[in-house]
Amino acid sequence: MNPAPFLDIKQLSVEFQTRNGVIRAIEDVTLQLAKGEVLGIVGESGSGKSVTAYSVIGLLDNAGSPVSGSATFDGIPVTGASESTLRDLRGREISMIFQNPRAALNPIRPVGLQIQDVLLRHGLAAPQTAKAKAIEMLGKVKIVNPERRFGSYPYELSGGMCQRVGIAIALSCDPRLLIADEPTTGLDVTTQKATMDLIRALTEERHMAVVLITHDLGMAAKYCDRVVVMEKGRVVETARIEALFSDPQHSYTKKLIAASPGPCSTLAELAPGDEARSFSSVAPSSHSEETAVGRKNVLEVVSLVKEFPLPRTIGSLLPWTRNSEEASTFRAVDDISFELKRGESLGLVGESGCGKSTTSTIITRLMDPTSGDVIFDGQNITTYPAETFAQRPERQKIQMVFQDPTDCLNPRYSAHDCIAEPLKRLRGLRNRSEIRSKVETLAKRVGLPVDLLDRFPHQLSGGQKARVGIARAIAVDPLLLVLDEPTSALDVSVQAVVLQLLDRLKREFGMSYIFVSHDLNVVRLLCERVIVMDRGRIVESGLAEDVFRRPSDPYTQRLIEAIPHFEPIGSGRPEAEG
Amino acid sequence: MERHLKHFCYVMGENPVTVFAFSLFALIVFFALFGPWIAPYDPLATNVANALQSPSWHHLFGTDQLGRDVFSRVIAATRLDLGIATSAVALSFLFGCALGCSAGFWGGWIDRLIGRFSDTIMAFPLFVLAMGIVAAMGNTVENIIYATAIINLPFYARVARAETSVRRQAGYVHAARLCGSGNIRILATQIFPNILPPMMVQVSLNMGWAILNAAGLSFIGLGVRPPDAEWGIMVAEGANYIISGEWWLAIFPGLALMLAVFCFNLLGDGLRDLVDPQRRT
Amino acid sequence: MSNKLIQIGRRLAQALPSVFGVIVISFVLTRALPGDPAVYFAGDMADKDSIEQVRQSLGLDKSWAEQFTIYVRNLINGDWGTSLSTGRSVTEELLTRLPASLELTLIALGLAILAALPLGVLAATRPNSWVDHLCRVMVTAGVSLPTFFTGLFLVYIFYYFLGWSPSPLGRLSIVYLSPPHVTGFYTIDSLLAGDQETFVASIAQLILPAATLGLFALAPIARMTRAAMLGALASDFIRTARANGLSNRVVLVTYAFRNAALPVLTTLGMVFSFLLGANVLVEKVFSWPGIGSFAIQALVASDYAAVQGFVLAMALLFVCVNLFIDVLLTMVDPRVGLDE
Repeated sequence: MNPAPFLDIKQLSVEFQTRNGVIRAIEDVTLQLAKGEVLGIVGESGSGKSVTAYSVIGLLDNAGSPVSGSATFDGIPVTGASESTLRDLRGREISMIFQNPRAALNPIRPVGLQIQDVLLRHGLAAPQTAKAKAIEMLGKVKIVNPERRFGSYPYELSGGMCQRVGIAIALSCDPRLLIADEPTTGLDVTTQKATMDLIRALTEERHMAVVLITHDLGMAAKYCDRVVVMEKGRVVETARIEALFSDPQHSYTKKLIAASPGPCSTLAELAPGDEARSFSSVAPSSHSEETAVGRKNVLEVVSLVKEFPLPRTIGSLLPWTRNSEEASTFRAVDDISFELKRGESLGLVGESGCGKSTTSTIITRLMDPTSGDVIFDGQNITTYPAETFAQRPERQKIQMVFQDPTDCLNPRYSAHDCIAEPLKRLRGLRNRSEIRSKVETLAKRVGLPVDLLDRFPHQLSGGQKARVGIARAIAVDPLLLVLDEPTSALDVSVQAVVLQLLDRLKREFGMSYIFVSHDLNVVRLLCERVIVMDRGRIVESGLAEDVFRRPSDPYTQRLIEAIPHFEPIGSGRPEAEG
Repeated sequence: MERHLKHFCYVMGENPVTVFAFSLFALIVFFALFGPWIAPYDPLATNVANALQSPSWHHLFGTDQLGRDVFSRVIAATRLDLGIATSAVALSFLFGCALGCSAGFWGGWIDRLIGRFSDTIMAFPLFVLAMGIVAAMGNTVENIIYATAIINLPFYARVARAETSVRRQAGYVHAARLCGSGNIRILATQIFPNILPPMMVQVSLNMGWAILNAAGLSFIGLGVRPPDAEWGIMVAEGANYIISGEWWLAIFPGLALMLAVFCFNLLGDGLRDLVDPQRRT
Repeated sequence: MSNKLIQIGRRLAQALPSVFGVIVISFVLTRALPGDPAVYFAGDMADKDSIEQVRQSLGLDKSWAEQFTIYVRNLINGDWGTSLSTGRSVTEELLTRLPASLELTLIALGLAILAALPLGVLAATRPNSWVDHLCRVMVTAGVSLPTFFTGLFLVYIFYYFLGWSPSPLGRLSIVYLSPPHVTGFYTIDSLLAGDQETFVASIAQLILPAATLGLFALAPIARMTRAAMLGALASDFIRTARANGLSNRVVLVTYAFRNAALPVLTTLGMVFSFLLGANVLVEKVFSWPGIGSFAIQALVASDYAAVQGFVLAMALLFVCVNLFIDVLLTMVDPRVGLDE
């Protein structure tokens, strides 16, 4: 059984013309796909996985062009083909679905018509029957009430529904190859699982070949037959799933597998070795002694409630159309209470909209609660409004690490200035050389090379920016550090290193952590206890390992099941779980 | 600093048109500053015997109906026109920025109030409103400046508000709060340095419009009075002679006007490339 | 559909504060005169008694609130004052002259749109081609051109130099009689009356001033069309459309242009505002008997009631145009009303 490859890419190289010269996006890429097979292309940012996919469908940006090599689809050469040939292939034989599903749909055109357009273009329906076929497609992607949804606009649909529409458009003409470019980015964890399951069901039913592009090894393990690993524009390893996870060949693959958090991984395994040397030996700070002796509560949250006013619609203003059951406010945080001891880390887990970010914002006193108290180190800090909290002495004891490392640094401040800011404002330091030496100490503690301190954010990598953010947060020796999804914007390998750093800092400084995340795997690595939130309420809390192994609440169970992962090497059962 | 210079040279190299704009700008500023000393003749000196001479070596741009040298008048007018436009833009920039930043940062009723005020001005066709303001306040050059500044205010307020409110929610603003900075300090040290570059682009583009506006007002007889040399009024006076073929009275001041505005527009485009390359048009 | 009607109703309601604001500012302008307003409104020829009369009728001796009420009441009754230079009421003057200005402005706007839209679209779809460069040059030059200068320049070239255009002295050469008044637009009226010659003559007089105004409006419309098309073509949903093999025509027209049309429509409002201002200048250059030249005469003659009446009229016209565009946008864009 050796059929000619359905999709055959041979030594393809693509170059881009940019303002800074010519860049080779992919170099010498060779891969094959058989009919009906699911191939995963895995890599971190900059690996060239998307460029490879776009070359297959001929949709490279104007600046990009294939320089050497070839790509052939079922015998038809794709590189160098004429635009009209490609246009006939696209949608009919090869289809694609994208990240950011809502942005991928025409915002002012009803979704049903967008499906119809494709059907009519490829002649798969006559104008009279196109609408019926489109509605049928909507039903196939499990959209409820497809007749009504035919006329809906993208802004009326959720992210998951928009992606289903995207799938409907892509599959409407029954193509033989589907390229899915990170189709679950931006979606909730449970929605991600539903979307991927739908894609698998539909493509298996039609015996379609699929190319799945992802940065998530767990997802590749669960949904793909074979995997191609790419790094910096080159193919590093190609293998069947079982072989890849049981016996990875290339060092990058091994690094990637180790760095992906799974149910059995430990922090030390994530990124073996290289970070140990870049830390200077520093005397542990004053707080860490207390953690050994009887632990007091550093934080108590009591009956916290936060309501946001809903925008008033016309309907609510006119007395005869007013709906008496409609709420006028939205409860983002609905009466939650929990405690945190000195030196402990608590994970705050939930999907988007569950209220975890609102809770963390209130705890750091950037926002006032509607009611309830936050008692920090014995003091009720909610008695002071958020506006004036900046001047309180407690300000320096609670600090935060933000989610987006780029957004949290002022583009006009160098790394040194960013880290120096709390020292100047909260400690009142004025002496330039004193500030400089303190900043350098902090940089060494977080593993940021000192010569990078004078660079500006746009000259630093994602991991380096994350370190600057962490250095700034620990600059004034806080008791409590709130981390709001600090690694979700980072590549997996960088995430591994940053998590190890955070763990080491916690032990050195004796800080208490509140770690907000949607990823239970990551939380389990760093936190002793975890709280699961859903729609503003705490649905489960307890020790992280217990919650993970034996979740009692059905929502928690669904959350855990939805995260795709794989069993680690040598566990005896190298297959996908989840 | 070196980084800025390097980027500056790069953009200059990429875009020869911007170099042209910068040189032209330098030339215009030179004439504005040193005009009275360079001009070959006194712009106000009449010589009726020599009236309506077409351009020659003695009079590069010819003479007007009162025998005044058009070239000298065009150069002298540079100072007046640029002066009016700069004062008006400076005023509206200062006040517009202050209002816009406040509206964008604090939101709420401040935003609504400033928005209302700004919308009410924008509800008028701006040139028409300027006419009305000058008519009401009196026909002087100062009032031209005030009128232009008033009708220009909403423009800056709107841009400042948009730029500020985008940055208000940025992570680094929250981080600054965590570092103990209060609102005013955040506005001054975090937000303002970031909005300044796009605002500078707007200033440059706006200068061109302000010059056109001032010239337009004096064309219809407001503000500048004869015998003062100003491009708009020179075109107005020359208009009567164009149908009888004496084109140089109106065309040269008009060309000078056009060149100045063109220069500021190109400059604005070049500044935009310098500041934010993604927004190239 | 009912949601759309509610949105349209909202737009109409939102126009009311604008109208109120316009009237307030108008009022302030009439009272901001340095010195005694009554003297200004009574005019140069007035003696003490007529000044007193003016003071009484305008209520200038009463409180601000009362003055404002009197002012508004007068406005609604159509009493916008009397023009000192012509002796007729301001409303009468404005109404008789309005069609001339409207004819000019609308034809200019039409020409501008006809030229700018294709130019902008072509420039966006063929980047770095000669069309693109032409568009960019025209746009940058266009926003730099002083309207009055363009007008004069065109007069010089086409009237004096080439002799193609008729003398730039008004709407119709003296030889012809104006057509019987139906709309006030000479072009339409002469067609309605079946008078071919007058129609051609009125068009001939219109060409240069309309071209001048049109050139002025061309630049911002072309710029926005090009920018909006470029923005739309770079969007994710265009990539999806192309990835599904949709034809070039469908991608350009149904997907890209319809999305680009929204900001272009918004720009038209702003352009109209500039056009109303440029109208004044063009009317002076071509001696066009519209409200613009009326305003200029009034300014020169210190005829304040006329000037303020003109300002108010233009503002109200502009508010109506903006409202119209807003309603159009509401009907075309399904997302309107989302963030309110």
